[in-house]
Amino acid sequence: MVVFRVNGKEQRVDISPDTPLLWVLREKLGLAGSKFGCGEGLCGACTVLVDGHPLRSCVTPVGEVRGKKVITIEGIPEKHPVKKAWLAQEVSQCGYCQPGQIMSAVALLRNKPKPTDADIDSAMSGNLCRCGTYGRIRRAIHAAGAGTSMKGGKKP
Amino acid sequence: MSEGTGISRRQFMKTSALAGGGLLLACHIPFGNRDAAASGEASFAPNAFLRIGTDESVTVIVNKSEMGQGVYTSLPMLLAEELCCDWQKVRFQPSPVAPEYNHAQFGPIMVTGGSTSVRSEWERLSLAGAAAREMLVAAAAGRWKVDPAACRAENGIVIGPGGKQLSFGRLAASAAKLPVPREPRLKSGARKLLGKPLHRLDSPAKINGSAIFGIDVAVPGMLTALIARPPVFGGRVKSFDASGALAVPGVKQALVVDAGVAVVADGFWPALKGREKLQIVWEEPEESRISTSVMRRDYARLAETPGLTARKQGDAPAVLSAAKKRLEAEYEVPYLAHAPMEPLNCFVDLKADSCLIRTGSQFQTVDRNAAARVAGLKPEQVTLETTFLGGGFGRRACTGSDFVIEAVQVAKAIRWPVKVIRTREDDMRAGYYRPMWYDRVSACLDNQGMPLAWHHCIVGQSIVSGTPFESAMVKDGIDDTSVEGAANTPYDIPNLQVELHSPKNAVPVLWWRSVGHSHTAFVMECFLDELAHTAGIDPFQYRRRLLAKHPRILKVLETAAERSGWGKPLPSGHGRGIAVHESFGSFVAQVAEVSIDNKGHLKVLRVVCAIDCGRIVNPDTIKAQMESGITFGLSAALFGAITLNNGRVEQGNFHDYQLVRMQDMPRVETHIIDSSEAPGGVGEPGVPPIAPAVANALFAASGARVRSLPITADKISMALGKG
Repeated sequence: MVVFRVNGKEQRVDISPDTPLLWVLREKLGLAGSKFGCGEGLCGACTVLVDGHPLRSCVTPVGEVRGKKVITIEGIPEKHPVKKAWLAQEVSQCGYCQPGQIMSAVALLRNKPKPTDADIDSAMSGNLCRCGTYGRIRRAIHAAGAGTSMKGGKKP
Repeated sequence: MSEGTGISRRQFMKTSALAGGGLLLACHIPFGNRDAAASGEASFAPNAFLRIGTDESVTVIVNKSEMGQGVYTSLPMLLAEELCCDWQKVRFQPSPVAPEYNHAQFGPIMVTGGSTSVRSEWERLSLAGAAAREMLVAAAAGRWKVDPAACRAENGIVIGPGGKQLSFGRLAASAAKLPVPREPRLKSGARKLLGKPLHRLDSPAKINGSAIFGIDVAVPGMLTALIARPPVFGGRVKSFDASGALAVPGVKQALVVDAGVAVVADGFWPALKGREKLQIVWEEPEESRISTSVMRRDYARLAETPGLTARKQGDAPAVLSAAKKRLEAEYEVPYLAHAPMEPLNCFVDLKADSCLIRTGSQFQTVDRNAAARVAGLKPEQVTLETTFLGGGFGRRACTGSDFVIEAVQVAKAIRWPVKVIRTREDDMRAGYYRPMWYDRVSACLDNQGMPLAWHHCIVGQSIVSGTPFESAMVKDGIDDTSVEGAANTPYDIPNLQVELHSPKNAVPVLWWRSVGHSHTAFVMECFLDELAHTAGIDPFQYRRRLLAKHPRILKVLETAAERSGWGKPLPSGHGRGIAVHESFGSFVAQVAEVSIDNKGHLKVLRVVCAIDCGRIVNPDTIKAQMESGITFGLSAALFGAITLNNGRVEQGNFHDYQLVRMQDMPRVETHIIDSSEAPGGVGEPGVPPIAPAVANALFAASGARVRSLPITADKISMALGKG
């Protein structure tokens, strides 16, 4: 039995602890927003926050998040500045990578509310987008950073 | 559109009032689909694109797959413009597979491809909207007992004399009882929606995790299967031992399908663990043990022999043999995987007399029919529901329906709802690639330095040869998708000959975003650049002279050059390259600005893009598609290659099949030419110019002429004579 919190709710999952967190979220908890893209931590489509840090859930055994707090795309409020910026900049194309992109962006902005382009390159280059939405992601992150203070109680 | 599908020849007919009193408008186009009519299918069946609810909702049924290109917004915009509804009330719904949703031009199949969604649906959806508007106006006029001509529709409301108003929702039930106008009139006056950068209707679902892609489909009790696939194309299972796999908790079954050995489990992870424990002996046909290095040698040899003639104008071989000076070059590009971010997958629930498939398909009719054949059912017993596609790029319009067939085979064996998922490695190694191409080009110049003769031999596999599309798409041995962009080049070259060899081998090939243009633009635009430099003429001016008879191409070329600052000084180690190409009814020019450091590291800094795609629907979607095509083409230009050694694909995941990442992404700016011409495509035309623009920029920056993609540091070094 692995016990951890997902989007604020305690979850108890009876599963082999080597099972990647991604498949627990998707298949056991019905949270399919985190995506499978590579299974090797190479594309970032599965990115979630674990105790505030972005992690590739496809290579994170669920046993490692025992007792920890996991936030998935479903746990990011609709009014979150990153989501609002994503809509305003019309980032999405096929949309498959976007939950992972958004989670990486949320994590970046928590640490650096006003990231530079170099910060964005560094934080976001682990998230692939085959549709080529990078320019808009960059703009959306700058817009979210400029429009909001991510300090204090705003943490998702 | 062909003459035969003109407005006056279309007929519209009402089908049925929906439960709840809504209006379901169906138009059918008796002349739009002669093949279907001739084959005796139910081709006159109603063709429904619109439902207006009594709750004021306007649902547009979309017969195109959404794979990033924004059809769930652009197609509703076309209909809503004519309907004069309230855009805030517009919703989209994917259409089922039925003849009325067949492609308006491609014959009796439902398909999303060829950058045709807007082009092929413009008229049909506009008329569907116009007819509905006329019926709503007539319903209101009847209610008020006034002349319909005294009423008008606006923003979801019919307004009558004296300012009387009735909403579409309140009129829906009575409008449904009226005859459908045979010749609805398109509205005149200003466009309310078309040409405006409206927000995509599918964005909210795509950023909150609720959008359902094929891989997200789940039903209670569903099983998940992974397939162990042969190490070579055409390999088969000789024998296997599944005892280890079956010992993995959660694994239910292991069974042979055409694609290999399927491991069925109660989730992805046990299926993967089980698959790792399979012991399989494979049968590897000798002809499958091919290597791309050997193929390349064979292709190079073939390129020196005469091929089938795809284009002949003047006498290029004779002019060239008489020329004092000839320029010759060989260009080559590798196999490429589509690598959509969502690996291929398919859900199947097969019962004795029905089959439900839920997947992200671009090729619904083909996939449904293939599923029916495998399941032993009639096509109409198979329901295929189209989910969101996590990228398509042509891969999900598979002539062999591979990912659907294997899932139906598994479902047939286990008789239980099952989803077959490919890992990234499965997706990358199981084939269907953009063909590898080898091009040999010779040219000579006239005394002004302009091309006098161009002799071009193309070698590569045909995509449609051996598929059901061969008879329609291969003419006199020439697969048009092999030579498009070369045989029909707009450049004014008096002696032009394009030849084709189409060798066959075991590697499955398929259309890959921009299809033949993905290689011909590279060859045409780079070799032309070489000619310009040989002639000592600026490559932009050189193209201008050769395109004098083509004002639309000229305009995009000039726009991209001007906006990029073409000709203005750049820092040392920087260079600009230009390329222009026509594809899918649109014209795109791009200027790439690159830098190269003393270690030979190439960086693409900026891309200026100009497109003329005729009349436009949503300018922001066009810009997004240009950004997308440029990124997609840049991944191929800088990184992409699928290679085989002894039949084995050497790449498997994103570490050895790299894509452009955030850090590699240039600044992109797109300029849309204001045009009233017929609409062109936007999904693919952004791809072809980027590789040659970058290669030409590299030459301008460094003097390195790299004629082989991807442009690696090694190749740059070789071209600079350091290798």
